[in-house]
Amino acid sequence: MRNKIPRVPVREQDPVERAKNFEEVSYGYNAEEAMLEASRCLGCKNPSCVVECPVNIQIPQFIYEVEQGNFEKAAEIIARDSSLPAVCGRVCPQESQCEGVCILGVKKEPVAIGKLERFVADWSRQKGIKFTDKLPSNGKKVAVIGSGPAGIACATDLAKLGYEVTIFEALHEPGGVLQYGIPEFRLPKDEVVRKEIENTISLGVKIETNVVVGRTVTIDSLMDNEGFSAVFIGSGAGLPKFMGIPGENLNGVVSANEFLTRSNLMRAYDPDYETPIHVGKSVAVVGGGNVAMDAARTALRLGADVTVVYRRTEKELPARVEEVHHAKEEGIVFRMLTNPTEILGDEKGWVRGLRCIKMELGEPDESGRRSPVPIPDSHFEIDTDVVIMSLGTSPNPLIASTTPGLDTNRWNGLVADDNGATSRPGVFAGGDAVTGAATVILAMGAGRKAAAAIDEYLRTK
Amino acid sequence: MYEIVRKRFLTPSIALMDVYAPRMASSAQPGQFLIVRVHEKGERIPLTVCDFDRNEGTVTIVTQIVGASSRRICHLEEGDSFVDFAGPLGQPSEFLHMPKEELRAKRFIFIAGGLGTAPVYPQVKFLHQAGASVDVIIGAKTRDMVIFEKEMKAVCDNLYICTNDGTYGKKGLVTDLLKELLDGGNRYDQAVAIGPMIMMKFVTLAAKPYNLPLIVSLNTLMVDGTGMCGACRVSVGGKTKFACVDGPEFDAHLVDFEEAMRRQGMYKNIEQESDHKCKIGLNS
Repeated sequence: MRNKIPRVPVREQDPVERAKNFEEVSYGYNAEEAMLEASRCLGCKNPSCVVECPVNIQIPQFIYEVEQGNFEKAAEIIARDSSLPAVCGRVCPQESQCEGVCILGVKKEPVAIGKLERFVADWSRQKGIKFTDKLPSNGKKVAVIGSGPAGIACATDLAKLGYEVTIFEALHEPGGVLQYGIPEFRLPKDEVVRKEIENTISLGVKIETNVVVGRTVTIDSLMDNEGFSAVFIGSGAGLPKFMGIPGENLNGVVSANEFLTRSNLMRAYDPDYETPIHVGKSVAVVGGGNVAMDAARTALRLGADVTVVYRRTEKELPARVEEVHHAKEEGIVFRMLTNPTEILGDEKGWVRGLRCIKMELGEPDESGRRSPVPIPDSHFEIDTDVVIMSLGTSPNPLIASTTPGLDTNRWNGLVADDNGATSRPGVFAGGDAVTGAATVILAMGAGRKAAAAIDEYLRTK
Repeated sequence: MYEIVRKRFLTPSIALMDVYAPRMASSAQPGQFLIVRVHEKGERIPLTVCDFDRNEGTVTIVTQIVGASSRRICHLEEGDSFVDFAGPLGQPSEFLHMPKEELRAKRFIFIAGGLGTAPVYPQVKFLHQAGASVDVIIGAKTRDMVIFEKEMKAVCDNLYICTNDGTYGKKGLVTDLLKELLDGGNRYDQAVAIGPMIMMKFVTLAAKPYNLPLIVSLNTLMVDGTGMCGACRVSVGGKTKFACVDGPEFDAHLVDFEEAMRRQGMYKNIEQESDHKCKIGLNS
């Protein structure tokens, strides 16, 4: 009979305190808490959690080892399937994946799989344990474009199979969205992101930064002149969307991408760094996804009063429940069923307010969500100094436009089959570059599938 | 790391550097830009590609001391390195796609303001080598700020120089010289202006009555320079464009310069503050 205790709560930084700093919100489990929580797992024979995990981590197996106190063994089990466990333990939407199908969740709360994964990853990282087992080199070179979750997952698997992998990264720091998108208080950069990427480097993967594929080099030049036999494109979805409403080019209107890149990649929140960031007294964030929550909570920590403006209701918020909960705890105001129609400027061209219209929910649209409809004559204004547009992102057309024969769909996404094969032989793609903006773990899943497909392609070529 | 293999001061405040960046040197084209970082805590600074040597693997940049970041760049010496040197970025100049026969029949005028003379040079050189006829106007505040005179002379048909204070060349503004040339019966198929935003705005106003086609290179704010952030948004023909991926060169007659200048000043207060802080220790 398994331990029938309630789910072990995770310790968190006090909301009043953390609203003023960039340190991590969640402290994670200690060994004792982790072993206790692990004792709740039923160890299902046909575990749905493994199926739901995009990289198929052997969840009950690693949890069993945690319960026994064999943390290194647990880490080794996770490392077989995931190259970024400390990242995923922090940012995966477990509630809609592994934990969402946990049998315990039917009547009670599911096992805290994400928190356990994080504990194991943090423990092994702090102990300096690395898993560098790999097959001997087969001499074949594979280029991976982008060092985000898709690229890291693909490169790691290929390196383990004996390929010589070089990752080309456009920015100056590897990590992709893990560096520029997700804030320090959810995902520490030096301590977690850099360290986990170092594990991939330990497998022999080279990372060349400051290489913008499509400009510095092209896919053709890599394959024809530099001897790469296959290429994986994991370039993400980096282009910000705007609403197309009047006033969007006023001073003080920024994309969430710009705001977060300044704070995360360029560390503008730290006065020792040179990159400036502007928050003013009040900030309105338009949108309701995880990126909107990240932008809102960053602005709050930089000292602004923050309002999130979203056109549907709380139920439809695409952000993770945990993120919304944290944002509310920290004092962020949510204005639901509200849609901006114009950004208002002062005489110097700076934002002074946001003109909005009230919405109500109509019939469900293609996505199954009830689509919001404006209520006539319900306009009102919100005073604000800064508007952050967080309306989603789309893939950068740069690579597709400089690679003849590489097909895209009408959202600029690369066309690829389930294994990542594109319309160009030897060129594979996965992650947000194919699907449009999604999650870290789905990108990793796509990177792994493509790695298997690249291996198959190069072995049979 | 990207080593500075040669450095010289063109004027007391303008430095030219050849930087070893073989990948970039092999793919750079006139009209493009690049992004540098001087140190681990530094900004990403966009600079125009001023020249490149594909054999040697170097890319040339020219920087003028205006704030803390550009001062840091200018104080680097031969043998020092940039921590980051990314690019080339943006679209190459449009005329690169034109067939040589077409170029040979065309007459260009370049209007270069101050530091803008540096990025004008490779474009003029390219056109000259392609057989086009090219006139160049260089405008600067004062004699000490005139750069690339000798180099430019070697690759253009006529070089006109003016300074605001009259210490060198004609006294006056580039717009005066341009109008003089146009009124004097000179006909050009295409003009290109590169310099401070305010200069490009007035060149555009001056060119308009003559229906002179004009291209400008916009030096907007940028963070990543690859289309990710949108800090470089400009209105061109009523549509929002990203200078980093759609530009940096645009049809001047369609650019909303008022908005572009306002947006350029978005972080001015913050920058001035950091400029003030950073001067300590850098001047000594």
